[in-house]
Amino acid sequence: MTGYMSGVLAILGINIIFAYSIYITAATGQLNLGGAGFQAIGAYASAILSNEMGFPIGLTLIFASIFGGLISFLIAFPILRTKGVYMVLATFAIAEIVAGVILNSDYLGGPTGIVVNDYIETELILIVAVTVVLFGFYLMSTRIGLAMRAVHDDDAVANLMGVNTRAIQIGAFTLGGAIAGLSGGLYALYFGFVEAQYFNANISIFVLLFVLIGGTQTAWGPLIGASFFTLIPEALRIGDDWRFFIFGIIIVGMMIVRPEGIVTRDALDRVWFKILGKTNV
Amino acid sequence: MFFEQLLQQVINGLMLGSIYISVAVAFTLTIGILNFLNFTIPALYMLAGMVGWSLSHYGLPFGISGPLNWAVALLIGIVCAILGSLLVERFTYRYFKMKHGDATEHAIPLVSSLGFLLIFEYLILIAHGSDTRGFSTPFSNTDLRLFGFIISIPQFLSLIFSILIVAGLSVLLNRTKLGRALRAIAENPEVATLMGIEVNKIVPIVFVMTGFLCGVSASIFAINYHEVSPYMGDHVGTKAIAAMVIGGLGSVWGAIAGGLIVGLSETLSIYFFGASSAQITVWGLLLILLVFKPTGLFGHNAIGKGKF
Repeated sequence: MTGYMSGVLAILGINIIFAYSIYITAATGQLNLGGAGFQAIGAYASAILSNEMGFPIGLTLIFASIFGGLISFLIAFPILRTKGVYMVLATFAIAEIVAGVILNSDYLGGPTGIVVNDYIETELILIVAVTVVLFGFYLMSTRIGLAMRAVHDDDAVANLMGVNTRAIQIGAFTLGGAIAGLSGGLYALYFGFVEAQYFNANISIFVLLFVLIGGTQTAWGPLIGASFFTLIPEALRIGDDWRFFIFGIIIVGMMIVRPEGIVTRDALDRVWFKILGKTNV
Repeated sequence: MFFEQLLQQVINGLMLGSIYISVAVAFTLTIGILNFLNFTIPALYMLAGMVGWSLSHYGLPFGISGPLNWAVALLIGIVCAILGSLLVERFTYRYFKMKHGDATEHAIPLVSSLGFLLIFEYLILIAHGSDTRGFSTPFSNTDLRLFGFIISIPQFLSLIFSILIVAGLSVLLNRTKLGRALRAIAENPEVATLMGIEVNKIVPIVFVMTGFLCGVSASIFAINYHEVSPYMGDHVGTKAIAAMVIGGLGSVWGAIAGGLIVGLSETLSIYFFGASSAQITVWGLLLILLVFKPTGLFGHNAIGKGKF
């Protein structure tokens, strides 16, 4: 594996994990436009844990996700009081506040960032990514996954049918925060450097686009979306500006062709029907 | 002495807020009438400023004539923002409305407008690079000293101008036939169609207003701060979104209040706690407000609550 390839694979793995964190909240019908904030929490937590407390890598990553999950759990209560666009913008506000706190804190390195001493190989990122993807598929196949789908489609009816809507939403938000923290921890350990400016609004927007363009209906969505948008720009090896320009055109075009995302439940059913001769449901 | 400095900061904050007002009104109009969070607005704002700069620096394309007067250049910039806004209307809003009925039930137009944001921003970056460009106007040193306070005349005029535009908009929405049609569409597009309102002809007007407001705001910014850059829309755009949420989605006067509150809290927080604290103050204020009043200060109960 060349250095370039392993670099691309590492970024792909981190993006896929990050996409699943946003997907799990989106699957309950809540758009999280503050992904970068939760990723930053995980990245800084693992930088501090590994540098100052001397935690081994595995423990660092576990605590980075626990920390991300804990903070999202606490944030979930006020955030879930808001709905729709207000909620999207409240999550956006949280990411801005996290970046602001980091920039103003001397302990967290302020604008200069922190150098992380430990480092990990691409293989570990890929193993974690595969685990997260499998977990995503498993979660969506359980009763909880079904409840999440119900809340996504209509929370009032789901509530009437005895689904604890609030618990599902808070749980999804917490789990999303934990996985985002994990992706941040991997980012910090792989690149060996964290700075607040990296975790900006563009990152939050892009990861949300991965998920929405991949499709929020099935667990395939974030995997396909993140791979598509990480690998396509690498394949189109042209100037950075042109790359994002084409990215924009693809997004607009994609919404025209497949507005519910690349992978939808209907499309999957059709594929299964062709392979098995019967529907999968 | 302390109070004088504080009052000067309050004046500066109100002036800064005047820039946010027009953009916040553009956001709040599209969300209030069409239930569409239009993320292209920062790009339209930047487009007007950069086109204005480019024309006053290089002149018209194909060398038709020399560099234009700054005012003419900015006017053409505003027209470009309006045209860009109509392009967005055609390919995001109208298209999805035709295909999916009440398209805004889904996040589709939102995602599509993010696509347009990238297209406009990187088009300008490809054309002009990422440098901040100086924008020269005849108004360089026009500060007015009033009772020992410094008030910049263009900024003061722009504050008056923003409030006048918004007041005009408010009259338009509440007193004219067009305004009634717009409010009917905001209430329920299908019923509005049944009542004989030509929705397809009225909706582009909202986008023309959006482009106009962005263009005017960008021109005011260029005249006041003598600079434009491809990233000028990002900063103003996020602050305008904060202003809109604080004021409440869909409320035009709320956008004014929100714009002034954001401007004030930004300058005061920079004055008391240093430059990088503004982010925490503005967004923290927004978050605390949302916890206690989930619809913003003057927000309508039904607007912006729809699920994605």
